[in-house]
Amino acid sequence: MTEKPSFAGQRWHDMGGGAAGAVPKDQHDFSLWEKRVDALMIIASSQGHFTVDGLRRVLEDMGEEAFETMTYYERWIAAVNQNLIEAGVYTTAELAQRMTAVAARGTTYGEAASE
Amino acid sequence: MPHDHHDHLSPSGHPYRPDDDHPLTYWQQMEIAVRELLIEKGVTTAAAINAQIETMDARSPAHGAAVVARAWTDHDFRAALLKDASAATRDMGFDIGPMRLIALENTDTIHNIVVCTLCSCYPRNLLGLPPDWYKSRAYRSRTVKEPRKVLAEFGVTLPDSTTVRVHDSTADMRYVVIPQRPAGTDGWQADDLATLVTRDSMIGTGLAKTPDAA
Amino acid sequence: MSNDRQYMRVRADMPPGHVRTPSYLRGKIGWVERTLGPFPNPEQLAYGLNAQALPLLRVRFSMAEVWGAATAHPNDTIDAEIYSHWLEPAEAPHAP
Repeated sequence: MTEKPSFAGQRWHDMGGGAAGAVPKDQHDFSLWEKRVDALMIIASSQGHFTVDGLRRVLEDMGEEAFETMTYYERWIAAVNQNLIEAGVYTTAELAQRMTAVAARGTTYGEAASE
Repeated sequence: MPHDHHDHLSPSGHPYRPDDDHPLTYWQQMEIAVRELLIEKGVTTAAAINAQIETMDARSPAHGAAVVARAWTDHDFRAALLKDASAATRDMGFDIGPMRLIALENTDTIHNIVVCTLCSCYPRNLLGLPPDWYKSRAYRSRTVKEPRKVLAEFGVTLPDSTTVRVHDSTADMRYVVIPQRPAGTDGWQADDLATLVTRDSMIGTGLAKTPDAA
Repeated sequence: MSNDRQYMRVRADMPPGHVRTPSYLRGKIGWVERTLGPFPNPEQLAYGLNAQALPLLRVRFSMAEVWGAATAHPNDTIDAEIYSHWLEPAEAPHAP
């Protein structure tokens, strides 16, 4: 940990100028569920249920540990969901019941995604 | 592919990465639930979601390469692109949605490189989704402070006589770099020139390919 | 040429919450590359509020200004988009 700007209050996502290692070059193809998350973000925000800044705000508030331990689209679906609940599109109880129902369909993504 | 349902194929008809067969994760469980709730609430439809995925899949660096190659060969288009890149790319027929784009032209004395230090803003509506490294802590942290060291990791070494201009995508604009046209391409048509324009050259971490390397 | 530059200092504030002004530029002086907008204030958009439309300025900073004169390439630059409420007029940071 060297050369961190000395500003008290700097937030974890505000990375410019921080020390870091070599730029990693490994690349992965996006999977279907990731593309669906991306599509849900674009559709729900274009319809005015939340904004890109609302998404960013939740991602930032999720904190650095989430950045280090969750994948990009894992963080995105968490942030999309948070914004949709805040916007009143559905309730936490509706989400909870649906997630339980989804998990009951099977043990793989393919099974759980098939109603 | 035991779970190769038709709605799990990409628009090209090929299966996506076979994560269908992996154990369901908590976040995938959430994605399915959120998607179904949005459909039930009438916010969207399954068809609209698929259409949005197809739209994103269709966007690729090839679109940006066509824009760059035209700028290399069409003086009026180059001027229009530098004046208003959103309008110029739309006029060329690309659906970039509401994206506000600025084109940054490399010259003998200027090299542009784009980063988003606060998140991962990228001209996705022209070039498709960003590479993983663009979203990495290392790229986001270092590019504004030591761009030439980052460039060296991408195999690009610039003379001291070149000014490096870093562009931090902090707000409403997105950026595409117009790399320099490689030597030895006099008389080339735009379609052939486009094959020399790499994704990285439009982010600024690369140069356009030379004819012998193409 | 540099005499025509409109110099601005980025406010050195460090509020909590969602802002789009990178901390490495706060307190730094750059010159206006171009003016954009108006665009809705992301600090209100982020919380689902009606957002005020603000000018957005592309400000260009020298590496020397941001990272100190000892930086390897002091004349390389950083451009960033900064909303107007983060900026205040300033004098040029260094004598040419």
